[in-house]
Amino acid sequence: MKTFMLGWEFPPFISGGLGTACYGLSKALDQLGVKITFVLPKANPAHHAEHLKMISAKDAVQSNGIKTSMFKDVKFYTIASPLRPYTSPDTYEQQVTNAALLKGKNAAGPSGQHSDFLNNADNYSGDLYTQVNRYAEKVAQIAVTEDFDIIHAHDWMTYPAGIAAAGISCKPLVVQVHATEFDRSGEHINQSIYDIERQGMHFASKVIAVSNFTKNIIVERYGIQPEKVEVVYNGVERDNNYCCTQSSLEKTDKIVLFLGRITMQKGPEYFLAAAKKVLEVIKNVKFIMAGNGDMMNRTIELAARLGIGSKVLFTGFLRGEDVRKAYQMADLYVMPSVSEPFGIAPLEALQSNVPVLISKQSGIAEVLANALKVDFWDIREMADKIVAVLRHPSLQQTLKKNGSSEVVKFRWEDSAAKIKKIYEQLLVSV
Amino acid sequence: MASVCFYFQVHQPFRLGHYTIFDSHNNYFDDSRNAQICRKVAEKCYLPSNLLFLDLIKKYHGRFKISYSITGVLLEQLQLYAPRVLETFQELADTGCVEFLGETYHHSLSFLYSHEEFIRQIKAHTRTIQKLFGQRPRIFRNTELIYNNNLAELIEKLGTFDGIITEGADHILGYRSPNFVYRPVNSKRLKLLLKNYRLSDDIAFRFSNRSWSQWPLKADKFASWVNAINGCGFVVNLFMDYETFGEHQWESTGIFDFMRHLPHEILKHPDNDFKTPSEAINSYDAVDEIDIPYTISWADIERDISAWRGNPMQENALAELYGFEKKVMKTHDPEIIAHWRKLQTSDHFYYMCTKYFSDGDVHKYFNPYESPYDSYINFMNVLDNLNYRCSQSLSQRNRKASARSCKKAILNQKQNNEYSDLLCVPGMS
Repeated sequence: MKTFMLGWEFPPFISGGLGTACYGLSKALDQLGVKITFVLPKANPAHHAEHLKMISAKDAVQSNGIKTSMFKDVKFYTIASPLRPYTSPDTYEQQVTNAALLKGKNAAGPSGQHSDFLNNADNYSGDLYTQVNRYAEKVAQIAVTEDFDIIHAHDWMTYPAGIAAAGISCKPLVVQVHATEFDRSGEHINQSIYDIERQGMHFASKVIAVSNFTKNIIVERYGIQPEKVEVVYNGVERDNNYCCTQSSLEKTDKIVLFLGRITMQKGPEYFLAAAKKVLEVIKNVKFIMAGNGDMMNRTIELAARLGIGSKVLFTGFLRGEDVRKAYQMADLYVMPSVSEPFGIAPLEALQSNVPVLISKQSGIAEVLANALKVDFWDIREMADKIVAVLRHPSLQQTLKKNGSSEVVKFRWEDSAAKIKKIYEQLLVSV
Repeated sequence: MASVCFYFQVHQPFRLGHYTIFDSHNNYFDDSRNAQICRKVAEKCYLPSNLLFLDLIKKYHGRFKISYSITGVLLEQLQLYAPRVLETFQELADTGCVEFLGETYHHSLSFLYSHEEFIRQIKAHTRTIQKLFGQRPRIFRNTELIYNNNLAELIEKLGTFDGIITEGADHILGYRSPNFVYRPVNSKRLKLLLKNYRLSDDIAFRFSNRSWSQWPLKADKFASWVNAINGCGFVVNLFMDYETFGEHQWESTGIFDFMRHLPHEILKHPDNDFKTPSEAINSYDAVDEIDIPYTISWADIERDISAWRGNPMQENALAELYGFEKKVMKTHDPEIIAHWRKLQTSDHFYYMCTKYFSDGDVHKYFNPYESPYDSYINFMNVLDNLNYRCSQSLSQRNRKASARSCKKAILNQKQNNEYSDLLCVPGMS
């Protein structure tokens, strides 16, 4: 069985769960003997002149800290494109402006500094939707030459490409929904993106949702028949480095950690409001907000306005070793998301032996038993639970112990097995 | 000869209401929810069961007998929310065919933490039972049938009980059968009745299970199993929660019909009869000594105390609660002491159990919490407030005390008789 997978760049190059999920799933599908042609947009292909490149698994995962031997039968194509996970029309405009600025600078510079694809504003002609369609065209070109049984597209930017590939090959399309426009934007959705999502879901033979929480949105907001939507939960990579020693660091303050994009979807303002209430009861506690996002500045201002500026630390976007350090210091990880389709991060926190408090408006809350759960808007309850974890070592200990042993149950192997079954059922019915 | 000995546990806790660290009131208990649950269980289980057993006792002219252990905290709730149930229990007591057992008033784990408190609660319960039902309990059952050698020793020392009821766990009985009367190791007077958990669970748990090979269970079939014991045992101890009838097993499963026909089927065999626990231990000699150095209970498959003390949260909550004992007592504040005691009810700690939690198999029965963690947090918030009230009350007392200069003597005079104002079910004194 061969799948034509339209995915995203692997960690640690991207932020957020999309790349992590693509990596975990591909690796596990590969192990199950599913052949994969993996196509992804890449801002900096090895040779920027070529817009389309077939690369070895080695190149695809090079320097990502991922061992190439992990892949048996995966073929990678990169397509030069400015598309990135979590790009929105606004952030895309920002990207274009930055590129234009850079180009001007480079032209003026004497050395004629190397300008890569991203810094070349020509590649940004047209808006985000133009880029999505351009990407679809290039994917279609690959689809003509490749041999596969099924197409599997991850999130809206790849849906038009999936539809194009399906049109050319007459093979069934599976779309996997890691997030919907309602998760990202609440009720103020971008109609064009919604339309693309809706079209992809309707065109697809099967829709995979990462949780029942997301399935409900797909059924209710996108008008998809419930029978057509399968729930496949994400897994989490075993990372031995993570479940390592407890920090020997002497701390005078307790530390509560927010780690994620600082965007409306992730609920940073609820985190701060809860922090304010916690500080009414406990003084020696610091709140760390690790991440970046379009609400960063507003969030910093809000912390100041609430009068807790000195208690809230912003670290910016963390990766690798720094993430590990953050977890080591933390007494509690909080995910106050307003709408979280799944939420791999709490599982990673538990792997690092940090207890978690998650919002009930998340997919992970459906399946993770050993976590504290609150409605994202219920500040009082959130603060109450944060205080309890900080005050009662026995609570922290029980959550850690039971949580970290529960995490072992979230295996990409199981997710992949379920997806393979979905493929098989589709191929039988074709 | 096979004597069937029924004992039903009748208990509901005072469940806590939602309480955060930001709350400071002292209405800890969720009165409306407790009233609602009490009335519901009264209607579905207590009342129909009591009426059925009254009928059966009349019908068999004293040959059908049963026993109850009713907690003080439930009696208080019945008084408040379902007085008719209390009346029918009193009618049952009047038949002379019903024995009432002794236990801790608050269905507490005090045996494991404070023997003084444990004994105070037993005495309080005894007084309440005497007052309400006109009989003094002769048989003791500890909360959740928690038992070890030490318990037997304590109960023997109390001198008011003739026997103890506990679980007939396989790992303590070994090759021995639960269908005999036993004696605690080193005990001179006490006898032990051990639960026949197979036959008890056939009624309490498996009755409505359609995948069970013996389903549907009818009275004649059950009686044939009891008959089979003739010759290899004297007494079949069927111990279960009273809520088995109509709550755990709904009426539609036929559980009431089963019980209605059971006496007839049992008594068909000339060698069978029904006995109360006191009659059972008076009728039969102890055949052997039972040595139980480790604590057992009737809970879960482990038959140990891990359902209440299985994780650090439970250990911590219990240790803190009992750690307050001296402080609470010193306040001499009846309300503070009453609240502290209601917090001792074992259900609060059962809700904190994380065993099997990830498998979705929560301790669900009328559990007010979404997770064991929530229940711990809630409990600790309440305890925090109680502690604060103790401190307030004590510093007030101290202020008053120092206002009067020769006050020390007065303080010393006060005896540890705090229980006296508490015990009475409202309206009973």
